[in-house]
Amino acid sequence: MPQISALLAQDHNACDELFAEAENRVADKAWPDAASRFAEFRAAMARHFSAEEDTLFPAFEARTGMSGGPTQVMRAEHAQMRELMEQMQAAIERQNDSAFLGLSETLLMLMRQHNMKEEQILYPMTDRTLGGDAGLIEQLDETLHAKA
Amino acid sequence: MLAALAAVPLADEWLGSRWSPAALGLTHLITLGYLGQVMVGSLLQMLPVVIGAPVPGAILVAGIGHAGLTLGGLLLAVGLWQAVPWLIQAALALLAVALGVFLAAAAVSLVRARAANVVLQPMRQAWLALLVTVGLGLYLGGGLAGAWPLIELQALTQLHAAWGLLGWVLILVAGVAYHVVPMLQLTPPYPQGLMRWLTWLLLAALVLHALALLLPAAAATAMEWAAWLLAGASTAWYAVATLQIQRRRRRKLPDVTLQFWRFAMSALLACVGLAPFALAGPEAWRDGLQVLLGIVFLLGFAVSVVAGMLYKIVPFLAWFHLQAQTQARAGTIPNMKDFMPEPLALRHLRLHVVGVLLLLPAPFLPAPLSVPGLLLLAASGWVQWRNLRRARRLFGQYGGRLV
Repeated sequence: MPQISALLAQDHNACDELFAEAENRVADKAWPDAASRFAEFRAAMARHFSAEEDTLFPAFEARTGMSGGPTQVMRAEHAQMRELMEQMQAAIERQNDSAFLGLSETLLMLMRQHNMKEEQILYPMTDRTLGGDAGLIEQLDETLHAKA
Repeated sequence: MLAALAAVPLADEWLGSRWSPAALGLTHLITLGYLGQVMVGSLLQMLPVVIGAPVPGAILVAGIGHAGLTLGGLLLAVGLWQAVPWLIQAALALLAVALGVFLAAAAVSLVRARAANVVLQPMRQAWLALLVTVGLGLYLGGGLAGAWPLIELQALTQLHAAWGLLGWVLILVAGVAYHVVPMLQLTPPYPQGLMRWLTWLLLAALVLHALALLLPAAAATAMEWAAWLLAGASTAWYAVATLQIQRRRRRKLPDVTLQFWRFAMSALLACVGLAPFALAGPEAWRDGLQVLLGIVFLLGFAVSVVAGMLYKIVPFLAWFHLQAQTQARAGTIPNMKDFMPEPLALRHLRLHVVGVLLLLPAPFLPAPLSVPGLLLLAASGWVQWRNLRRARRLFGQYGGRLV
């Protein structure tokens, strides 16, 4: 059974991979392909957010009583990312590559520093408090790898 | 930066020897005024994110550090150049306060760090190196200003420079790179062995170099060579590994930061190749080669790395804080590329690279021939200044507040 941090960090990498694919396609102005890659990326991000916001964070908050702390900051950054991805979607629909690339650069930085905070600080905390909860880990795994 | 470059055309004596007052003054303008500022500022920003421990009183520390480094760096440069004891003393007092406060605040964060990760050890090592550098710097500066008699002036100056450049600058850049290089270009991570050992090897080389001071002449020379060999091999390992993982990046877009870094790593490799000649080359060329080594390390490597990083950090923080402060929707505020358009950053890169390249033969040529390179570097400093000002103006226009 994989640890919580291993599972979610792996998923970060998978999302990065999809991000790079989509961004490279936009840079090549390969629009139809870019749109489908970006949709894939966005769906993977939605699954990741859902695993955290609907399963991991509530369990962590219930266990530790820390509801205004790190999970709150992470939720706020998720909202910022959703917002950026919405704008990127609009840029793809307008086939405006420079708008997309300005937004994607911003998203990448936001995403990577966000992931770093989760991987360095929050996930190890969840490993310590919830690592023994096999049911929770299974549920996370299912959410992350659900077929769209 | 701007001050450093504007001052350069005035001083043709600096090319003669790295011991010349002008060279010492200019070096400190670059290291304290530009590199020191940016590195202290970014660390205050990075420590909480990367190692999970906030720096106590970060805003106050930043304020003191900024003021102290600006004024202290400027006074020290002028003081060293013109050999004015009271200027040097005033500068040392300012720098001691600025860097002392930073070291103390950073120590709290580094001791409390919760996250066990690859960056923590390099940051602690860099902290130590800065402490040694500042300590030696205060001792040397105080001696030059006549506060106390100096012994071993040349050897200790050598040590001060080695701990400052290979210790503080290179160890910190390497440690930070473990995070930011994969982060910015989506490259594979650095090899585990490198992240585990590289900065320890650099530190070991510095310690060997310092211990050599205590030995009799013949043994000391052998030990110094061992130290330089170790430092050279580690440095080359790091530069090659960086270039390799960057080649394997998943993000293929053209990127000014990437280009700054590639230039910086090439410069670092050039330093490794140059160093043996600068240490033991033909007598007649040695002074020039040492100045050249300084140019390649400071301008080619360190300034390039820092400039490249600024083009990511500044627009990101501008966006991030603007968004957080105004709660604006993403589409209604400038994104990172709006804050720092690629063509403007590219202009800076080109001026910088050509300027550094033109300056390379300068130590061996009559002084006037260094002028074109210096003018280009001054222009590159000016362009960078304008680019950063522009981002700041935009930040203000959209309602951002500087804390």
